[in-house]
Amino acid sequence: MAGNAVGFGNFLRFPVQAVQNGGGAFIIPYLVSFILMGIPLLFIEWSSGRFGGKFGHHSTPFILQSMDKRRIWKYVGVFGIFSNIAIAAYYCYIESWTMSYIYHSLAGSFDGLSQYAVAAFFADYLDLSTTTTGIPYEALVFFLLCLALNTWILSKGLSAGIEKVAKIGVPLLILFGIFLAFKGITLKAGQDHAVLDGTVGLNFLWTPDFTSLANPKVWLAAAGQIFFTLSVGMGSIQCYASYLKERDDVALNAMSAGWMNEFVEIVLGSAVIIPIAIGYLGIDKVIELTNIGGLGLGFRTMPYLFEQWGPVLSAVAGASFFGLLFFAGITSSLAMGTPGMGFMMDEFNWSRKRSALAFGIVVLLLGLPTIFFFADGVFDEYDYWAGTVSLVVFALLESVLFSWIFGLKKGWREITSGADINVPIIYRFIIKYITPVMLILVFTGAFLRPAGDNWSNISLRGWKLHNESILGQLTHQGAGPNNTWFAKSFYAETAGIVDSVYTDNKNKFYLRTSAVDESGRLVLKVYKYKPQHHQLLVEKGDMIAAGQVLYIGKITNRVFYLDMARLLLVALFVAISILVFIAYRKQLAERRKNI
Amino acid sequence: MNTSALVMMVTVESIVVVLTAWFFYKVLTAKPKPEPDSYSENDNDPR
Repeated sequence: MAGNAVGFGNFLRFPVQAVQNGGGAFIIPYLVSFILMGIPLLFIEWSSGRFGGKFGHHSTPFILQSMDKRRIWKYVGVFGIFSNIAIAAYYCYIESWTMSYIYHSLAGSFDGLSQYAVAAFFADYLDLSTTTTGIPYEALVFFLLCLALNTWILSKGLSAGIEKVAKIGVPLLILFGIFLAFKGITLKAGQDHAVLDGTVGLNFLWTPDFTSLANPKVWLAAAGQIFFTLSVGMGSIQCYASYLKERDDVALNAMSAGWMNEFVEIVLGSAVIIPIAIGYLGIDKVIELTNIGGLGLGFRTMPYLFEQWGPVLSAVAGASFFGLLFFAGITSSLAMGTPGMGFMMDEFNWSRKRSALAFGIVVLLLGLPTIFFFADGVFDEYDYWAGTVSLVVFALLESVLFSWIFGLKKGWREITSGADINVPIIYRFIIKYITPVMLILVFTGAFLRPAGDNWSNISLRGWKLHNESILGQLTHQGAGPNNTWFAKSFYAETAGIVDSVYTDNKNKFYLRTSAVDESGRLVLKVYKYKPQHHQLLVEKGDMIAAGQVLYIGKITNRVFYLDMARLLLVALFVAISILVFIAYRKQLAERRKNI
Repeated sequence: MNTSALVMMVTVESIVVVLTAWFFYKVLTAKPKPEPDSYSENDNDPR
């Protein structure tokens, strides 16, 4: 299970979340979330999974149903299948990046590139119209290869074999991580083209900022990261635990898997990518890179570090790092396949092969938009709704069910039954009161976050929402004037001066504006346009106001792609709910027949 | 590194390392569970 927990969350997602949420501002909510939400939820999920398994259930809809007979819990349990499939859709894409970077490391694609060129290489890789290997649509090809491999392993029931390989692969990744952490921390400005010491990155991450404790956005990101990295709020732990015997331990399993994961994330994850990325690119550039999409920071920075070790060692190090990361990733993506497959096999008597194929097809349909419309925000949209918000919602509901409806008296007995450790009694109090209250606070705060984080503005007559609040995201508040699906005019999102109009010689045209914000920092905004479809109305040197028309023509705004991504996620949720309903009716009919 | 960052990092990482090692030790030394039928030879046989 530690093999499943150690994955991209540790090395790739954690640094990006930390950078996006202010470094030191992130680490305190993150740690508090682990102690007060992560560990209790591990206890809840391991024990409720084993409990549901006693009745022959191996997926969350009917595991939750076994804890309380009210019908609603079946549909709450849908989250436990939905999140796995939706996350797998973009997780497999990240997995395919590691696969292609093994190839690129061995092929010497990064030889002689500057740190900025290595960062740009990743952007080119994701752009389907550019090829870095000569293979057309290479990002798509690697994704299809990766998904086919996952589907094949699942269909053959070889996940156990992969787990065995991971038992060697994950410790090797940890050892290699220790070595890279040493290289990251000892990085010196001026050596090997580094612009800053590695310790600058550590300062950025570890200097505590207690003001973040009042910022719900950071709490939501911290809680989302804890859930993602521990795989809680997802349904895969319940699925795994449902196959345990009644007398098997769950408490020590939960604690050891949780703390091993934190060791890899806090001790290694924090000491590898952040010090190296900031050392080579500087804090501002790293923040900018994390804001332009996904979990790609490691791909934009690590190859450059390896390149400093000479052509042979860089190829070995690159292939080893991305290869081991691939193994860590595939154990997690295979675990994401099991709840949905288990559900179809249990409830509809589908064969393993058929269930795996269905999983592969659904992930393909959901995954293709993340590849074709990556730059339009589809990937990040999946990560936000399926990889963050859904996990928090499901965790909140299952913690209420476990503590207040199933009852903590029974729940505590489930946690401690067969336990190989003495579970600290304080967790009885935490699970009953602190965890549900924290989850409610985090979710409500993130849902209704006011503009400027000024909580005194909240009143019964309403208040202006923050663009990044869940409600603000739902209503595309941050899109400004470009908030329709299709338009004939494209408007400037911020005021500034047009400082350049340029092309990157790949048939892509850009317009850049610059302005200085209140804190004296230069704010650059880049807009893409297509001369064959758009007529530019501004030129270099023009002062423009926010909301001013930049170009006219046939325009498809970003909100269109975001809404389509949401529709796909909603369609998936509804489809699983319908299947749960049919399975429930089938169970009722079978019971009547038996009577 | 500045002092507050160093104190924070060393404290948090020490706690994480010690607890991870302790739980790992507990896993390695956990006694195997007695079989319901006290006979383990047939555990892998199909039922």
